[in-house]
Amino acid sequence: MLTKRIIACLDVDAGRVVKGVQFSDLRDAGDPAELALTHGRAGADEVVMLDISATYENRSTLLDVVRRTARQLFIPFTVGGGIRSLDDAAAVFDAGADKVAVNSAALADPALIGRVAHRYGSQAVIVAIDALRISNGNSLSFGVKATGGRHTTGRDAVAWAVEAEQCGAGEILLTSIDRDGMRDGFDCELTRAVVNAVKIPVIASGGAGAAGHFVEVFRDGRADAALAASIFHLGITPIAELKQELQTAGIPMRWPC
Amino acid sequence: MIAIVNYKAGNLASVKKAFDHLGYESAITADPGVISRADKIVLPGVGNFEATTALAGSLQEVVVQAIDRQVPLLGICLGMQWMFESSQEAPQLRGLGLFAGECEKFPAAVKSPHVGWNQLQVAGTSRLLRGLSQDSFVYFTHSYRAPVVEATVGRCEYGGPFSAVVERGELFGVQFHPEKSGTAGLQLLRNFGEL
Repeated sequence: MLTKRIIACLDVDAGRVVKGVQFSDLRDAGDPAELALTHGRAGADEVVMLDISATYENRSTLLDVVRRTARQLFIPFTVGGGIRSLDDAAAVFDAGADKVAVNSAALADPALIGRVAHRYGSQAVIVAIDALRISNGNSLSFGVKATGGRHTTGRDAVAWAVEAEQCGAGEILLTSIDRDGMRDGFDCELTRAVVNAVKIPVIASGGAGAAGHFVEVFRDGRADAALAASIFHLGITPIAELKQELQTAGIPMRWPC
Repeated sequence: MIAIVNYKAGNLASVKKAFDHLGYESAITADPGVISRADKIVLPGVGNFEATTALAGSLQEVVVQAIDRQVPLLGICLGMQWMFESSQEAPQLRGLGLFAGECEKFPAAVKSPHVGWNQLQVAGTSRLLRGLSQDSFVYFTHSYRAPVVEATVGRCEYGGPFSAVVERGELFGVQFHPEKSGTAGLQLLRNFGEL
């Protein structure tokens, strides 16, 4: 049976893993390559590495980290952050990534998705969407923010996911800015809205704090995969324990692995 | 030396990294001379069946000659589908026809592409699957699937059964990505390296 995926995310800044709350207040959490391997051995189904500052100076540092990680990691490995062109994507693939996550640059130029997909295949292109709840009286919608949550775009998250799929995206990485780092559960309404609108897999992100949150996002949110960072790095919920709990709850897991 | 045939179908470096990690010499190459001297050949690849048009001509010729000389050949993902007769994805093209049948779309009842970890039902004896346990988890990412045929030694279930592993003599094909399938995948690549 096709299992639901548990993805460990490493937010990287200047060659170190950091973790923040609602996209700010960053703290050091270790060496990216080392943590990636630790998570892989612990049972993570995939590893995602996001270069959160993505400055020009950090670029070669990141590529070096990607190279070191990819040499020993034999599960799917995604790299994102600061990918603005096909050349940026090519550099990350050459360093050993299996997939790239594009975000702000795809918002500015959706055709970038197709250009990367054309060369590397759709399965290698994840469109990352940072979404924010917008309550207007009784109606709820989800907006999209760019540049690490700093800029509003005027786009609707569900509509953007559909467009990204049409452009050639292979997966959607959907992060709730409202829940990021809060550890009080995923935004299941947001997740379900996007899952129902697209055919490609949706990775839910933002808000993981306990095993029950994963059960909710797989059941109620209908997510194909769920991503978390701090609860894994800080050892709050070991992946093995999480997977066993999910399996007991009837969610198909790759376990033992 | 294991020749990893480079026909510009996606990123082939991860296959080489896995062989490096296991200690087998390999090279990513589009040079017919290098491929014809290889002890083993890997046809990797992801993406559209049309990408296999890049194999037509001298690359296909040298691969077919190697098959005739009993050089072990491993097709991965799109590389495996090319070993079948054809695919609904590009009906105007022919595959190598080493295995009977046409690759087809997943039924509408299931989400496509099939992305993620699914289980391998080992059926029959296989040199490639030596040491892999029944129901091993392996990583898939594909929109088309190969039918279950006589040479199927590993099946997978997603909207019905399909071929996850085919094997006949020195011909091997896997729909999933062994280079991305953790320890089970590495075991499979080691088995290929040891042939």
